[in-house]
Amino acid sequence: MSLTIGVPRETFAGEKRVAAAPEVVEKLIKLGFSVRIESGAGDAANFSDSAFVAAGASIAANAAELYSGSELIFKVRAPSTEEVAAMRPGTTLISFIWPAQNPELMKQMAERRLTVLAMDSVPRISRAQKMDALSSMANIAGYRAVIEAAHHFGRFFTGQITAAGKVPPAKVFVIGAGVAGLAALGAAVGLGAIVRANDTRPEVGDQVKSMGAEFVPVDYQEEGTGVGGYAKVMSEGFQKAQRDVFAKQAKDVDIIITTALIPGKPAPKLITAEMVRSMRPGSVIVDLAAEQGGNCELTVPGEVVVREGVTIIGYTDLPSRLSKQASTLYATNLLRLTEELCKTKDGLINVNFEDEAIRGATVVKEGEITWPPPAPRLSVAPPQAKPAAAAPVAAKKSAHGHGGGGEPMSAKTLTIMFAVAAALFWLIGAYAPASFLGHFTVFVLACFIGYMVVWNVTPSLHTPLMSVTNAISSIIAVGAIVQVAPPLADSASGRPDTLILGLAVAALALTAINMFGGFAVTRRMLAMFRK
Amino acid sequence: MSDNIATVAYLGAAILFIMSLGGLSNPETSRRGNFYGMVGMTIAVLATVFGPRVDLVIGLPWILGALAVGGAVGLYAARKVQMTQMPELVALMHSLVGLAAGFVGFASYVDTSVVYSGAEKAIHEVEIYIGILIGAVTFSGSIIAFGKLSGKIGGKPLLLPARHALNLLGLVVVIWYGVQFVSAPDVNAGMVPLAIMTVIALLFGIHMVMAIGGADMPVVVSMLNSYSGWAAAATGFMLANDLLIVTGALVGSSGAILSYIMCRAMNRNFISVIAGGFGTGGGSTPAASGEQPAGEVVAVSAVETAEMLRSAKSVVIIPGYGMAVAQAQHTVYEITKLLREKGVNVRFAIHPVAGRMPGHMNVLLAEAKVPYDIVLEMDEINDDFPDTDVSIVIGANDIVNPAAEDDPTSPIAGMPVLQVWKSKTSIVMKRSMASGYAGVDNPLFFKENNRMLFGDAKKMLDEVFVALKG
Repeated sequence: MSLTIGVPRETFAGEKRVAAAPEVVEKLIKLGFSVRIESGAGDAANFSDSAFVAAGASIAANAAELYSGSELIFKVRAPSTEEVAAMRPGTTLISFIWPAQNPELMKQMAERRLTVLAMDSVPRISRAQKMDALSSMANIAGYRAVIEAAHHFGRFFTGQITAAGKVPPAKVFVIGAGVAGLAALGAAVGLGAIVRANDTRPEVGDQVKSMGAEFVPVDYQEEGTGVGGYAKVMSEGFQKAQRDVFAKQAKDVDIIITTALIPGKPAPKLITAEMVRSMRPGSVIVDLAAEQGGNCELTVPGEVVVREGVTIIGYTDLPSRLSKQASTLYATNLLRLTEELCKTKDGLINVNFEDEAIRGATVVKEGEITWPPPAPRLSVAPPQAKPAAAAPVAAKKSAHGHGGGGEPMSAKTLTIMFAVAAALFWLIGAYAPASFLGHFTVFVLACFIGYMVVWNVTPSLHTPLMSVTNAISSIIAVGAIVQVAPPLADSASGRPDTLILGLAVAALALTAINMFGGFAVTRRMLAMFRK
Repeated sequence: MSDNIATVAYLGAAILFIMSLGGLSNPETSRRGNFYGMVGMTIAVLATVFGPRVDLVIGLPWILGALAVGGAVGLYAARKVQMTQMPELVALMHSLVGLAAGFVGFASYVDTSVVYSGAEKAIHEVEIYIGILIGAVTFSGSIIAFGKLSGKIGGKPLLLPARHALNLLGLVVVIWYGVQFVSAPDVNAGMVPLAIMTVIALLFGIHMVMAIGGADMPVVVSMLNSYSGWAAAATGFMLANDLLIVTGALVGSSGAILSYIMCRAMNRNFISVIAGGFGTGGGSTPAASGEQPAGEVVAVSAVETAEMLRSAKSVVIIPGYGMAVAQAQHTVYEITKLLREKGVNVRFAIHPVAGRMPGHMNVLLAEAKVPYDIVLEMDEINDDFPDTDVSIVIGANDIVNPAAEDDPTSPIAGMPVLQVWKSKTSIVMKRSMASGYAGVDNPLFFKENNRMLFGDAKKMLDEVFVALKG
């Protein structure tokens, strides 16, 4: 029995988005699901009921009918108390939830025995990027912020020299270069403005420059990157330095777009009333952090106000103002998540807690609150742990003079290996002469170094690496050279000089081919690698 | 030059070699890595020539002569070789190192000017014995590998009956004569066991590589690379030369690790690759593979292929040995450039064992100036095939064989493959319907969304290119 996905109309005042788009509905049906849309759900996003029907969905007349007939609910905004009550126990809900801000809602959903996946809790790992709805919404918000600013700004963005006079370009300052900030940079640069940006995380400077904007750093040494690539709260000294930078920028620029958010904290107050006063009349501030209290002291969340001659835009529904685009992107994020949940493509879902992305997104599972998730695994750790385990094996084998590499070892085999190696070492230590031991030590350590150095080679360089190691193995020439003509004491008689000389010279000539040829060929190959 | 100065020079050379290998692990630093290697080698050779162990008056002309002759040959070969022949060249060079190690071993044995006694003598002779053994195996094995890679010897694994027993017998004989050799009273008496062992080692090397299938050849090349390092290390023990030991061990262990990395990429057991043939048991020979895939093969022309490429948004190119043989990499890049100018997202998917040497395809594409950021590893691109409009397989077979995933009885079952059949259309360019190096049929050719473009890869791609431009 395949599941039915229900998509209700959003009831939050002013919300124009919908958690489905016709082209996404088609793909969901291909995964084996049935899709039901509440009548009129897509109207505000310019998706008509008939478009959904054409894509293969059925239409539910009202919310009650929709909730009673669906096992899986896709929503945009977190559900209201009434909506949770309308869902059948056992329903799976995928939506924005904001579990930290909505403890009451979480309790209610748990009591209702729902399974809830929060789109805002999808972990920030590269594999989960395709389901990262926060990024897709932030992208839209950033773009729209520039459009809103342009709408309220009484001048061109781009500089022009016309017959009627010279028009200076607008100067835009973006605070916070996250996804929204970068999108705003791109849009503002595209309109022709002079754009600058600031961020507490110094490493985003290159991204800012890549968008064609100028990075304005705060001249104060402190690392501003917190967990998961988000920003963190900065020290008092840094904040003072930062305010000085902003105050200076405020006097100079025409438009400020603020996007500074710290996860789980009220938005930092970065633009003071003082700075607003210092701006030129007619300037515009767009505060993307309005919902979390705003980055500007004078922001009124949800409204556009004029203070000290400066228009301050505090809309909290910017993505919703681009409802069709936002709905399509959000619905695609949902589709990607659904694909992860339904790997078998049979219209059934499996909330697999082994999957890091799904584990992170799931905030309630079958009536149990599972938020917050355990700390994310560091994605770089496992590949490095493995070689460490295999190292003794490789070295031990090579001690026998065989060209064996290691195999993935269990703890037990590893113990045996260590025991064998220890016994072998003991034997050598007990019987071998001291001169041999010195060489042996050198040998084993060199094996380890070779192993460590080569382990992380990129596959595309395997051939040059082999060719250079081949060239290096002509070091055997040294062995041949010392045999050519050792300074002999007169007493060394009976030495077949000619034979040794012949062998050594032949060996030297052979290795010379390898030596010169090997390095030359490697050089030739590497010269071809280019970006 | 005093002994101490020579030792310090050796230390410097060893460090340069380590830095050289380290540099080679990243494209940005690779050129510098090669340079370090050259400097290290120069220092090592100079320190030895002018060191305390060479009588310059007698030795210098010989040394210079040998270096000049060998160097000229080496440089000539390096300049002349085609990039597609790189695997053969590398294999041939390995054999030289093996042969040289053998020569040095013999020379050291007959050299009576250094006298050992007791445990030192025994150890010295064991070192000589092992050094020559490894040298001989490397030599003959590399020669066979060269023959296989250049097509002078057939690619099919030669599986003698009771081959494991034969190898074991060889080992026992080698150990037996080893004991004889060490207990031999003088050089002449020791020569017989030494010669017999050398012959057995040569035969063993031949047998070992003959038994390995063509698809596993990249692993063999890298394994022989490792052997040549061990041979150098054994020589170092023999001559009590730390630089040889360090460098040999570096090369040996890095080669072993490289082979291991590649085996892991093929999901193949390292031991079973060395032991020869496919699989761990002897039961699953290629001939025993399941039923013939049934269905219809749809052939297309070069013009139709061009049409499909033009209307595609996303194209993935999977090069294989066929591209190398046909020297088609430049045309491939011309087509890539043209399509990218038209806004088509063209990328390359490289299977870890595509071609006959690790990283073979990367080298060829680099030669054709394909930027390396659109050349992706299997793991990076395998998930993208469902969103790909057209996948073009150029002269590859086993690495795109769905049987590896679907058919547990297939000899290549469990080997990760590029899932081209998941793209909307796949086009396989091939000379005929013959099976690949592993001797396994490929059900991909019979899939509904697959098209075959028969003919020489270079010629066909030229036609596609012309059709695309027109």
